[in-house]
Amino acid sequence: MPASNDAAIVTRGLTRRFGERVAVDHLDLTIPRARVSGFLGPNGSGKSTTMRMLCGLLTPSEGEASVLGLAMPRDAETLRRRLGYMTQRFSLYEDLTVRENLEFLAAVHDLPRAAARARIDALLEEFTMTKRASQLAGTLSGGQRQRLALAGAILHEPELLVLDEPTSAVDPQSRRDFWEALFDLAERGVTILVSTHFMDEAERCHELAILDRGRLVAAGAPRQLLADLPDRVVEIESDEPRAARAQLEREPAVRSAAQLGARLRALVDPALADPARALEAALRAHGVTARAQLAAPSLEDVFVAATRGRGHES
Amino acid sequence: MTARFSLRRVGAVARKELLHLRRDRLTGGMIAGIPLMMTLMFGYAINQDIRHLRAGVADLSGTQRGRWLAADAQATQVVDLVHRAGSARELESLLVRGEISVGLLIPADLEQRLVRRDRPAAQLLVDGGDPIVLGAARALTQLPAPGRATRAAALSPLFEVRAFYNPERRSAVHIVPGICGVILALTMVLFTAIAIVRERERGNLELLITTPVQSAELMIGKILPYVAIGYVQISLILGLGVLLFDLPIRGSLSHLYLASGAFVVASLSLGLLFSTIAESQFQAFQLTFTSFLPQIMLSGYMFPFDGMPRPAQWLAELFPLTHFLRIVRGIVLRGATLSDVSGEVWPLALFFCATLTLASLRFRKRLD
Repeated sequence: MPASNDAAIVTRGLTRRFGERVAVDHLDLTIPRARVSGFLGPNGSGKSTTMRMLCGLLTPSEGEASVLGLAMPRDAETLRRRLGYMTQRFSLYEDLTVRENLEFLAAVHDLPRAAARARIDALLEEFTMTKRASQLAGTLSGGQRQRLALAGAILHEPELLVLDEPTSAVDPQSRRDFWEALFDLAERGVTILVSTHFMDEAERCHELAILDRGRLVAAGAPRQLLADLPDRVVEIESDEPRAARAQLEREPAVRSAAQLGARLRALVDPALADPARALEAALRAHGVTARAQLAAPSLEDVFVAATRGRGHES
Repeated sequence: MTARFSLRRVGAVARKELLHLRRDRLTGGMIAGIPLMMTLMFGYAINQDIRHLRAGVADLSGTQRGRWLAADAQATQVVDLVHRAGSARELESLLVRGEISVGLLIPADLEQRLVRRDRPAAQLLVDGGDPIVLGAARALTQLPAPGRATRAAALSPLFEVRAFYNPERRSAVHIVPGICGVILALTMVLFTAIAIVRERERGNLELLITTPVQSAELMIGKILPYVAIGYVQISLILGLGVLLFDLPIRGSLSHLYLASGAFVVASLSLGLLFSTIAESQFQAFQLTFTSFLPQIMLSGYMFPFDGMPRPAQWLAELFPLTHFLRIVRGIVLRGATLSDVSGEVWPLALFFCATLTLASLRFRKRLD
């Protein structure tokens, strides 16, 4: 990761507790400027809570966060002018039209009237919403809502854009378009922090932070994270995948095994020589016929490896 | 860094509220519907000047004077003597069964009682369950003893009741200004009570609090459109009163509108305060009704203010409706001026400032 003086966001020991539950546990993060950085993690891993603390919406129980050089939550009001935030749930007004929603946001951001009108027209054009300008936001499709929400979040040209699972209710084509728009923004110098639980989206980020139950378990560029994976990945095809998996989990060299349809994916200790043949032999010894071959690691493997030994259920 | 208060943002919030109202047909309809319906319904239905109570008489004296007494009671029109009973017990059972609400018992020794005058001449049995009936029946005790010309002067009551400002004692004249206060005390509080909690429930709040909008801007922007609506409602109710119930407006309309503004904003800011306390729209409704019931019961709308014990009066002085009723009755019925009712306006202004400040302080731009 770049040095922290280029960083848009730096946190030290950032912690948030809700009663007994620790939602975010001593998080040390560095998010570079003008990049698309991703939070990857399952539900409940602390992605939203972290984002809310970074936006100054939640007070940390412990630790500190500096966002665009401002201390959170103390300078939250100043940050608000430089921050665009897109919530997980659609949070514009469903009973207002597309244009009315944008006009409202422009006014509360104190954009000069003429500039606001030009900016809204430009955004409607850019997000192909011009024809829908007088449609009620509540009648838009999932993809259209996301585009409107993104337009609303960047209306005041923020330096930092925080997006909390922006594509969870959106079809694949809209997701692709949405990501194109994010890269355009990053190219124009906007720092983007986006959370997701889609591996393909995580792979597109410049930088990735993998969160698991409130802790940072891995961070870096996706390519680097893949390269750094210590385990070998073996894909096994078998007619009896359940039995094969049960047996694999008993092999000391196998660190984890997961079923993907008819195939199994195993993370294997790199000390094991020729792992594909070794696993085939081990399975055959227990009466399970299988064909195994080495596979390229994926981010899911990185995620599984990073969260191993933390008693994950899924 | 504290950004300065922006009228533009206040205007943006106010405009947004109006758009919500325009899209929400039911609520929009209620703005005019509630005052129209309630004024018509209550203006015609509520009658505090009780007449024609069903009554029974048991005349045990069987004398001329006994018949005169019954006839006098009938002549007041307060009671209709629809039953004749042969005994006190029969009269009581009529009352218990609810067939009559007033019983006139004329004892066998009526003549002696009238002469000796050590005990009341006759007895009224009244269904005390209804305070208004009880009050009406008490008026009957003011009847002079029958005897007509003979001792009429000596026996006539000491006081004659004359109703000022409402000589015909038509209830609508009293009811309509009261309804105006009651409707506003409900609708104004309700409109703003759901204003913030609705944003929370629909998920708009998380976005709204990441914008530079300030608490005070949000609060004032949310109040403004409803001030106009409050004035629409006042005009509707008083207009109906004048058109349908011959409500006299003796004071100046501009004074009335100025003084009413204090009540409107006080009620609106009370609603906003509820909205910052409630976690759901349902809770906001509950808070609204919790404030509404004591207001109509203790403000002097339902029961005379002066009849309440002192602590209840002190409590009622805290309610906006108490002051508004005095303002509206004063200006509409007695022709009072703004300076006559200024003693009622400043408590409302104080109430407004206090609740608005509390609401602004309670509203945090945080989720925790």
